[in-house]
Amino acid sequence: MEYTLFIMLLPVLMFLFLGLAGHKLKPTLAGLLGTCSLGVVTILSYFTAWTYFTAPRNAEGAYGAITVFNFQWLHFTQNLHIDLGILLDPISVMMLVVISTVSFMVHIYSMGYMHGEKGFQRYYAYLSLFTFSMLGLVVATNIFQMYLFWELVGVSSYLLIGFYYTKASAVSASKKAFIVTRFADLGFLVGILVFGYYVDSFNFQIVGASTAFHIGVVSDAARVMIPVALGLMFIGGAGKSAMFPLHIWLPDAMEGPTPVSALIHAATMVVAGVYLVARLFPLFIEFAPNVLHLIAYVGVFTAFFAAAIACVQTDIKRVLAFSTISQIAFMMVAVGVCTSVNPHQGGLGYMASMFHLFTHAMFKACLFLGAGSIIHAVHSNEMSQMGGLRKYMPITHATFLICCLAIAGIPPFSGFFSKDEILTACLEFSPVVYWMMSIIAGMTAFYMFRLYYGIFWGKEAEHEHAPHEAPANMTLPLIILAGITVGAGFIPFGQFVSANGESYLIHLDSSVATISFCIATVSILLATLIYRKPQQPIADALGRKFADLHRAAYHRFYIDEVYQFVTHKIIFGCISKPIAWFDRHVVDGFFNFLAWSSQESSWSIRGFQSGRVQQYASAFFWGIIILLSVLLYVFFGGVCA
Amino acid sequence: MEITLQNVVFAIVAAAMMLCSFLTVTTKNILRSVTYLLFTLLGTAVFYFMLDYTFLGAAQIIVYVGGVVVLFVFSILLTRSDKNLNARLQPSKILSAAIAALVGAGVFLWCMLTHNFASQVAPTGEELDMKVIGQTLLGADKYQYLLPFEAVSVLLLACLIGGVLIARKR
Amino acid sequence: MEIQLQYYLVVSCFMLACGIFGFFVRRNTLAMLIAVELMLNAADINFAAFNRYLFNDALEGHFFTLFGIAIAAAETAVAVAIMINLYRNLNSIQTKDIEDMKH
Repeated sequence: MEYTLFIMLLPVLMFLFLGLAGHKLKPTLAGLLGTCSLGVVTILSYFTAWTYFTAPRNAEGAYGAITVFNFQWLHFTQNLHIDLGILLDPISVMMLVVISTVSFMVHIYSMGYMHGEKGFQRYYAYLSLFTFSMLGLVVATNIFQMYLFWELVGVSSYLLIGFYYTKASAVSASKKAFIVTRFADLGFLVGILVFGYYVDSFNFQIVGASTAFHIGVVSDAARVMIPVALGLMFIGGAGKSAMFPLHIWLPDAMEGPTPVSALIHAATMVVAGVYLVARLFPLFIEFAPNVLHLIAYVGVFTAFFAAAIACVQTDIKRVLAFSTISQIAFMMVAVGVCTSVNPHQGGLGYMASMFHLFTHAMFKACLFLGAGSIIHAVHSNEMSQMGGLRKYMPITHATFLICCLAIAGIPPFSGFFSKDEILTACLEFSPVVYWMMSIIAGMTAFYMFRLYYGIFWGKEAEHEHAPHEAPANMTLPLIILAGITVGAGFIPFGQFVSANGESYLIHLDSSVATISFCIATVSILLATLIYRKPQQPIADALGRKFADLHRAAYHRFYIDEVYQFVTHKIIFGCISKPIAWFDRHVVDGFFNFLAWSSQESSWSIRGFQSGRVQQYASAFFWGIIILLSVLLYVFFGGVCA
Repeated sequence: MEITLQNVVFAIVAAAMMLCSFLTVTTKNILRSVTYLLFTLLGTAVFYFMLDYTFLGAAQIIVYVGGVVVLFVFSILLTRSDKNLNARLQPSKILSAAIAALVGAGVFLWCMLTHNFASQVAPTGEELDMKVIGQTLLGADKYQYLLPFEAVSVLLLACLIGGVLIARKR
Repeated sequence: MEIQLQYYLVVSCFMLACGIFGFFVRRNTLAMLIAVELMLNAADINFAAFNRYLFNDALEGHFFTLFGIAIAAAETAVAVAIMINLYRNLNSIQTKDIEDMKH
C-alpha cells in the first residue's frame, strides 16, 4: 500500500510548484495542473478504499489498522516520540475518499468560478496545500502528527479565507478564524502533553484506533488526568468544528471564495473536530464517558443555537454556514451519546456520526457550490437580490433542491438515512436529547426551505442582465455531488465503519423514521406556506411580533459583541494595559536606567582625562601621600607625634 | 648655648631661602618669580658651602644660577604675551593647592622629625678634596662613579639633540 | 650650638611645599617649571645634608646631588625647548590652552 504516500505527496508538490512558479504559468494551465493532480489523488484514494475494504478482515472480524509507514522524527523519551506516517483504518480511509472527492469537485468548479480572478494560480496552490494538510490529518499515526497537520489546516484556511487580501473584511475574517482556532488549539496542545505524560505514548496504535485495543496498566493518577486531557483535546476539536462558544469564526469565514467555503468550511476542515473525537473514541468510552456526554450536551445546544440564527439570516452563505455549525453539532451529539463500543448496545452513534459526516460533506458541498453559482449569476450574496431564479438556472435549481431535501431528511436521499441513525442513537441514550434533536431537525428543514424558496421562488429582483446558468465546469460538480447524495443513503455504512470494527447491517427503527419524516414534512410545508409566495404576510407578522428576538437572532445573539467586550475591556484593559505599562516602564525603564547610569557615570569620570597637567599632578601627589601614609602606618604605626 | 657665627649665617640664609621660595610661587610677575628662584638657588649653594661641599656649591652656582636661570629668563622673554596677565585665579584652586602642600609638608615633617637619626651633629667638616672628588667621579672601582658619569653624559647629549630638534625652526 | 640635621630638613621641606603649591597653582607653564626646580633643589639639599651628617665617609649623597643638578639642568633645557615649540604653535603657554589633544 505504499502508493498511499503519493496521495500525500502529490498535493504538497503541486503546492510548492504552483506557489513558486505558478505566476509564470497561464492561469488555465495552473488550474488544470492542480485539478489533474487532485484527480490522480482521488483515483488513488478510491483504489486505497477498494483495496482496504475488500481485503479480508482480521481475527476479531474487524478491519485491521494498517500502518503503511511510520517514521520516528523527534524523540523525547523511550516511548514518547513524534512520528510521521500513514495509518489506514476504516474512518481514515473513509475520510480519504470524502476529502479527495470534495476537493476534486471544488478544483473543477473553481476553474469556472474563479475564472479571471487575480491570483488564480495562488488559489490553486493554496487549495493543494489545504488538501495535503487535511489528508495528512486524517492518516496521522500519532496525535502529534495530527496536531501538526491540524495547524497546517488552520494556516491553509487562513490563507484561503483571506484570499481577497485587499478587502478589509476578508482580512479580519481570516485573522479571526486563525486566532480563534489557534486559541482552541492551545487546549489541544495542553491536552496532548498531559495525555502523553500520563499514558507515555503519542501513537494511535497503542493509544486508540477504531478497533479494539488496550492501553495497558494505567495508574490511578492517570485515570484522573486522562479525562482532563481528553476534555482539553476536545476544546481543540470544538474550535475547529465551531462548537459554541468557539463558533464565531465560521460565519465570518464566508468572506472567502465560495468554493473554499464548500471545501473547507462545509465538508472537510470543520469536521476535523468530529474526526478527532472519533479517533479517540475508545479512550473516551473507557476513561471519560462523562466528557463524552458533555460533548453531546454542548452539541445539542450548539445545534439549536445555530439553527435559530439560521432561520433569520438573509445572506445565503451565512445561512449555509450556520446550517453547517448545526449539522456538525449533530455529528458531535451522535458520537457523544455513545456509551460503549458495541454498536448494538449504545455504540450506534459512532457509526451514525461518521455516516452523517460522509453524507453531509457531499450535500453541503453541493449546496455551497450551488450557492456559488447563484452568487455568480446575481453578483450578490443577499437573498433580497435573488428570487424566482428557477426559471433561469435549472441545473442549479435541481441540485439545490435535491440537497435541501437531503438535509431536511426526506427519503430516499442520503440525509434521511444518516440523520435517522443519529436520532436512533439519541433515543437510546435519552428521550430528552432525542426530542431536542428532532425539533432541531425540523428547524433545519424549515430554514433550508425558507432559503430555497427565497432564492428560487418569490419575487424576482432587479438585475442588470438576466441571470444565466453557470458554465459546464461549474454545473458538472453539482451534478456529481447531487448524484452521490441521492445514492449514498443506500451504502451499507455499518459494514465498513463501526466503533469496534464489527460489521453489521443498518436497520431503520421504523418509529423513529416515521416521526422524523413527519417532522420534516411538516416543517417543509410550514416553510412553503410562509415563504413560497412573493408576499409573506405571516413572516412579516411574526417578525413584528417577535421583533426583539428576531433582531437578536439576526445579530447572532450578540456573541461577537460579548467577545469584543471581554477582549477589549477585560483582557486588553485589565491585563494587557498594565502588563504593557510594566513592560514599558519597569522592564524598559530598568534598561534605560542602566544606560542612563552608565552614561552619567561616564560623564562624571570624564573629568579624569581633562588634559590639565596640574590635575594629573595633583592626583599623582595625593596618591603618593596616601600610599606613604599607609606605609608609614603599617611599618611605624602607633608612633604618632 | 653659644651662638656662633655659623648659626647666625645659617639662620639668615635659611630664612631668606624660605621667604624667597615662598615668593617664587606667589608672585604674579614671572620675572620676579625667576629672580626669587635665583636667590633661592644661591641660598642652596650657601647651604652646600656650609656643609663643606664646596665643589657642589660651585657646581650649583655654575649650573643652576648661571645656566638654568638664564635659560628661564630667555625663555620667558621669548614667550612673552599679553595673555599672561589675564584671568583671575580661583580661590578654590589656591585653597586646594595649599591644602595639598600643607598635607605634603605635614607628612614629610612628621616622618623626618620623629625619626631618630643616628647622628644629629655634623662631624667637624673637613673640606672635601678635589682630587678625591675627581678620582671618585672618574673611577671604575666600587663606590666610584664612572658609569653614572658616562650615563649622564649620554643623557646630556640626548637632551642636547632633543632640545635642538624640538625647538628648531620648521 | 650645632646646626642640627633637622634644620636643613625643615628648610628643604618648606621649599618642597612651596614647590608643590607653585606647581598646582601656576597657570604659566614656565612658572610650573620654576616650581619643579624648587622641588628638585629641596631634594638635593636633603641628599647633601644626609650625606654629611649620617654618612660622612661616603660620597653617595654628594654625587647624587651632583648628578641631580646635571640632570635637572638637562631636563629644564628640554622642557624649555618644548615650551618654545608650544608657544610657536599656540602663541600661548598657559595651561588652559594646552588642554586639548592635537587635532
